[in-house]
Amino acid sequence: MNLQDTQEPTPPFSAADSQEPGASPSRGVTGDDRYSAPKIGGLFESISRGEPFPTVTHSEVERDLSVLDVKKFNLWYGDSQALHDVSLTVPRGKVTALIGPSGCGKSTLLRSVNRMNDLIDSVRIQGEMQLNGDPIYGPTVDVIELRKRIGMVFQKPNPFPMSIFENVIYSLRIDGVRDKHELAAVCEKSLRGAGLWDEVKDRLKDSALRLSGGQQQRLCIARAIAAEPEVLLLDEPCSALDPIATGKIEDLIDELRGHYSILIVTHNMQQASRVSDNTALMYLGRLVEYGTTQKIFMAPRLKETEDYVTGRFG
Amino acid sequence: MVAQGEPMVWLTGGSLVLGLVMIVGLLGLIFWQGGRTFWPKPITQLELATGDTVFGQVTQTDTYRPSAETMAAWPQDVRDRLASTADDRPVEIGRRLLRTGNFEESGTNFDWVDTTLVTNESQPAWAVVVERQSTGRLYGVPVHYTVDGVVLESEPARIWERFSKVHADVRARFHTARSIEKEDLGRINRMQESARLDLRWIEGRDSADPAAVAKAREDYARVVAEAKAEYDPLAARIDELRRVNSRYTMGFRLSDGSVVDLPIDDIVRAVQPNQLSFGEKLGVYASRWSEFLFDEPRKANSQGGVWPALFGTVVMTLIMTLLVVPFGVLAALYLHEYAKQGPLTSLVRIAVNNLAGVPSIVFGVFGLGFFCYIVGAGVDDLLFSKSLPQPTYGKGGILWASLTLALLTLPVVIVATEEALSAVPNSMREGSYACGATKWQTIWRIVLPRAQPGIMTGTILAIARGAGEVAPLMLVGAVKVAPDLPVDLGTFPYVFPDRSFMHLGFHIYDVGFQSQDSEAAKPMVYTTTLLLIGIVVSLNLMAIWIRARLRRRFRAAH
Repeated sequence: MNLQDTQEPTPPFSAADSQEPGASPSRGVTGDDRYSAPKIGGLFESISRGEPFPTVTHSEVERDLSVLDVKKFNLWYGDSQALHDVSLTVPRGKVTALIGPSGCGKSTLLRSVNRMNDLIDSVRIQGEMQLNGDPIYGPTVDVIELRKRIGMVFQKPNPFPMSIFENVIYSLRIDGVRDKHELAAVCEKSLRGAGLWDEVKDRLKDSALRLSGGQQQRLCIARAIAAEPEVLLLDEPCSALDPIATGKIEDLIDELRGHYSILIVTHNMQQASRVSDNTALMYLGRLVEYGTTQKIFMAPRLKETEDYVTGRFG
Repeated sequence: MVAQGEPMVWLTGGSLVLGLVMIVGLLGLIFWQGGRTFWPKPITQLELATGDTVFGQVTQTDTYRPSAETMAAWPQDVRDRLASTADDRPVEIGRRLLRTGNFEESGTNFDWVDTTLVTNESQPAWAVVVERQSTGRLYGVPVHYTVDGVVLESEPARIWERFSKVHADVRARFHTARSIEKEDLGRINRMQESARLDLRWIEGRDSADPAAVAKAREDYARVVAEAKAEYDPLAARIDELRRVNSRYTMGFRLSDGSVVDLPIDDIVRAVQPNQLSFGEKLGVYASRWSEFLFDEPRKANSQGGVWPALFGTVVMTLIMTLLVVPFGVLAALYLHEYAKQGPLTSLVRIAVNNLAGVPSIVFGVFGLGFFCYIVGAGVDDLLFSKSLPQPTYGKGGILWASLTLALLTLPVVIVATEEALSAVPNSMREGSYACGATKWQTIWRIVLPRAQPGIMTGTILAIARGAGEVAPLMLVGAVKVAPDLPVDLGTFPYVFPDRSFMHLGFHIYDVGFQSQDSEAAKPMVYTTTLLLIGIVVSLNLMAIWIRARLRRRFRAAH
């Protein structure tokens, strides 16, 4: 559904093309020194001036059945705009990576999907998001029910101060499930799914806080998949972990591929290239280029994307 | 040294040491004075050059310069002796303070004795200190033992033997009579009183309906008759017990040579300290402590035990804790989790903090004016209008005292809970929301368990503050003597939140500064203080233990 073939084929794009005379320079994050781009690539420069520009979306990524559709999504923190007209479709059963330099809005976009940004008073949004065709934003949407359909794993492992067992079945507990056999079954299935079962099966009653950092993060993944989410959001899940734990998580993501639709934010380009099917590059609140991981890393259409993924920028 | 910044080490370290010395000194004084109160001290007999004999326990020794008038009363040879050792200046001489007891006989409990006047000092084997039920201590030597007015023994050892044999039985009869008086007669009186109130109620309400009034009068007359039928045999029983007890008396010779006859009924404990071995002294010590902890006070609180005060303090503190903790936690939850942060919440926070600095007596005045006179009077109007104008809840009581102290300690709990809530990492809340939990589910399952140790810290502080507070209690329900405990398992409905109560802090004030002979009560003040400190410490230790258990649950592996 929602195949956006109308936009195809995307015309080749250059920095000069994006400079429309009617664009208002006062909009967005203009003049913010921290995020001002270096002189490589006129496109990044024009973005930092706040000039609008259309995302380069490869046609391959829009052929799959989508689980999540983001359409013209804008988000403001108070007066400063953090996301500009982001449009993105996340395909079902695949791993989609969001990459980009710090402060580009990857995490903000991710947190907009399960409406975690609602917790911040000053946030304002415009645009649309759909989860399997159901609107995510809208006056009739029950946020609690929505979040139950979406799993999320955070940057820092955040197990709850309770036993391993209780952590995994937390989403069932808050739903009021009391059947012990069901809880035990879900717990085992989720822990197996997160590759943690063999390590903790004998100490499910122990406090989750006694696990190591990598184990805690896998526990958080187990907790996120326990509710059988339609999409799994991973917000830099390895940034607080050592290389070995990171490797385990990456293997796990590989195993989850196909069963779950995953949207992962990562700082680490190698990680994105290793684990993801599709990759989207963001810069200063805008989606720059979105395509299959292979294309983005090997043959991007924009010179700026190439600069970024090869490490010449960012 | 200055170059290395050492002076600040000395200044900061010195301040800490000074603080510690003061605290240790205070605790040391209280432990030493409070701990030795019940130890049986030997009785000393001093014969003086003036011809008097003083008899008692030495409690203090110091020196002073006697005035010329004092010295003028001394015999010539003593004055001569002093004059030969000193020039014309008044010379500094030693003196000793003896606890001589016998207040009812001599009008004083203590006597200063000048060391220079002492001609002979001894510790008579048969010197006895008697703790009496109705009055103070008596120091004397047993001279006879009588039954029905007939002297049976007049030799101290034999008297003591006889006394030891009958004393337990006599006291048992005494206590039986007491308990009949208090419990059975009390119950009958309450029954009759409640019937009287019913009658008055009906008379006042249904004056137009003579039939109902007549029936009520009839009912009342029946209850009175029943009560009397029950009362008479009990009263006879009490009279009989008292009559048997009154047969036994014991005579003591006091230091001035006079002889006093004491009914054995009146003797709580008689000890002959000069003959006791260390183990026996330990026994007396333990028995006095147990009396102190578990018995009711005697002789205007200056003797006997503090059980009602101990009980009142603990119950009041527990009720206060049960009230203040949920209330404070809920308030802090709203302030921290629900309220939109802004100038208004800051203002509320400042107000709450300032509330902690309000003098406690102000809370007492508020408690009296609001809880007792408004809320309590309202409760009386609604539920206890029968017994008006006699107030039930419209006066000081343990419930109102607990509520007042809960209000007093509320800021402590709110501030501590808010701190504990801020210490819960936001990532935990987010993790819970991301699982689809509602705000309350997140608070209940994640935030509160995690904040529990911090909330316990607030509870500990509240208990420490509340248990030692006295000033507001004087207004809202603590009394000098409370006839009944607020919890009575023998009388329906078993718990009486309206009753006034005794409190250790108030007890200390009352015994130390309101009793007729504060010098005699001083040891009791120390001992009661020791007990109060002990209670506050144990309540705190209990809370700390619970907190440690909670913390163990949340301790991470690294």
